[in-house]
Amino acid sequence: MTVLFKKLLESQPVAINIGVRGFGESLVTQGIEVLFVEWAPPAGGDHELLGLLDQLL
Amino acid sequence: MVSGAIVKKNEYRDSVFLMRVAKRMGEQTGIKQTAVLMGTDKNKQLLSELGFTGQEISGATASDLILAVQGSDEEAVQGVLGRVDEWLRPEIPETRGLVIRSLEEAVRQNPQANLAVISLPGEYAGRESQKALENGLNVFLFSNNVPLETEISLKRFAGERGLIVMGPDCGTSIINGIGLGFANVVHQGPIGIIGPSGTGIQEFTTLVHRYGSGISQAIGTGSQDLSDAVAGASTFAAFEALEADSRTQVIAIVSKPPGEQTLIKLIERMKRCRKPVVACFLGTLKVTLENPPVLYVRTLEEAAVSAVGIATGSKPEHGYADSEKIEGLIEGELKKMSRDQRYIRGIFAGGTFCYQAQQIFSDGGVGVWSNAPLKGNKLLQDPRVSQEHSLVDLGAEFFTEGKPHPMIDSSQRRDRIMTEGRDPQVAVILLDFILGFNASPDPVGEVIDAVRTGKNEAAKRGGYLSVVASICGTEGDHQDIRRQTDMLTEAGVNVFPSSAGAALFCRKFAQNLK
Repeated sequence: MTVLFKKLLESQPVAINIGVRGFGESLVTQGIEVLFVEWAPPAGGDHELLGLLDQLL
Repeated sequence: MVSGAIVKKNEYRDSVFLMRVAKRMGEQTGIKQTAVLMGTDKNKQLLSELGFTGQEISGATASDLILAVQGSDEEAVQGVLGRVDEWLRPEIPETRGLVIRSLEEAVRQNPQANLAVISLPGEYAGRESQKALENGLNVFLFSNNVPLETEISLKRFAGERGLIVMGPDCGTSIINGIGLGFANVVHQGPIGIIGPSGTGIQEFTTLVHRYGSGISQAIGTGSQDLSDAVAGASTFAAFEALEADSRTQVIAIVSKPPGEQTLIKLIERMKRCRKPVVACFLGTLKVTLENPPVLYVRTLEEAAVSAVGIATGSKPEHGYADSEKIEGLIEGELKKMSRDQRYIRGIFAGGTFCYQAQQIFSDGGVGVWSNAPLKGNKLLQDPRVSQEHSLVDLGAEFFTEGKPHPMIDSSQRRDRIMTEGRDPQVAVILLDFILGFNASPDPVGEVIDAVRTGKNEAAKRGGYLSVVASICGTEGDHQDIRRQTDMLTEAGVNVFPSSAGAALFCRKFAQNLK
């Protein structure tokens, strides 16, 4: 049931950080590979437009 | 008073970074108030309540950054607003590689990725978490304000894919020795822990470390996971994983009271566990001790002591076992107090510590006021104003809306210590200090002058202010626990090795303050 989660517990995390940069930086200091996503609000933060985009994709 | 604001179009920065920017701007001469926020509707409303208005602010969108300043005169305000690029420069150089714009791009970059760490505003966090799960990633979701129905749907999807969602509102996890969120640096060892509360996990793991054992895995599940609506989806997944984890010999679970139906299922699951289980449900009625493998305890400290006892075969001493010493200390401090001094005031950074302290007071028949009251306690009408014995969670939403959490910045806690210290009826101030990754670099240093001032003012009134504290952390944490402890003891603070120990001391104090 939790196959991929168990796999994570047996291995070294390889992380993708989205949001507060410090959370990713603290993983880097522990020797973890982190990919930092330079995130910005999709559709300029317009939720109505975002909903329409999600329906299209 | 003069106000001014600048809007930077299409300039998204994370909330923690922006709080630091606001703090640095606020430290400049002549500046009274600052607010640095993304231009969401909620934030614009907040700015308007703070007295920042204008066409530029009302026209900003969620992708735009607003920097607002209030100062004594035009020169001070313009002086700060003229240096915006300087404020927005990171204090510490960032790890910069290839610029990645989306989660999908990151997965393409490294298909070995197995974990997404997400701390976006709640309204966007669900969408990115769903994408992470669809790409086969486990999720550590720090964000709060994620709708409950989104949490339920994410966790259902994760379960179908064999993944886990740690969160939303997840402060801490430790995966294979790697600390996520606010985790502390602790020894690795045979004890696994599952819990919805970040500070609960921090206290448990640091105490296990201090008692000479270590942590295999710590799985944060999010504050709502054990509600009947979410029904423990991540808790049960974590349980299954820890039961199978070869390094985990003992499983601990620490939590506020789970939902009624979820508790029944959880007790059944714990009873079936092939490994010994220590369970601590803060605030619930006392559960009768049952046969192994489940051991029920009352506090985070007892949970750590019991887990270490089972794992190593020898039970460590409680940090507050020496009651004679405590009685002597209380007697000595009481003698120095004036007759007006009658009340305990707890000012907490950790919500779980506030909750646990209430339980400890309640177990001794001492009722308190709180902004987050345990069943049977009274709700403070205004969280900013204490009454009689009060235990206040300064990490509650009321205090953190648009302002930094006290684990990151102690400004509000410092002000509250000053306020309580001025109150001639206050006998004891109870504090918690939380170290770890991403926490304030100097939590004690940020408030110690307020502690000293409070003690001096009480002495001038002919009394004595007792200050009691606990520090959650280890010698591996970057804040230097020894220095933090020394600052407290040099200021005359009674420092306890656990939050439960500090709370028990204060309860005994309260029982003597008649």
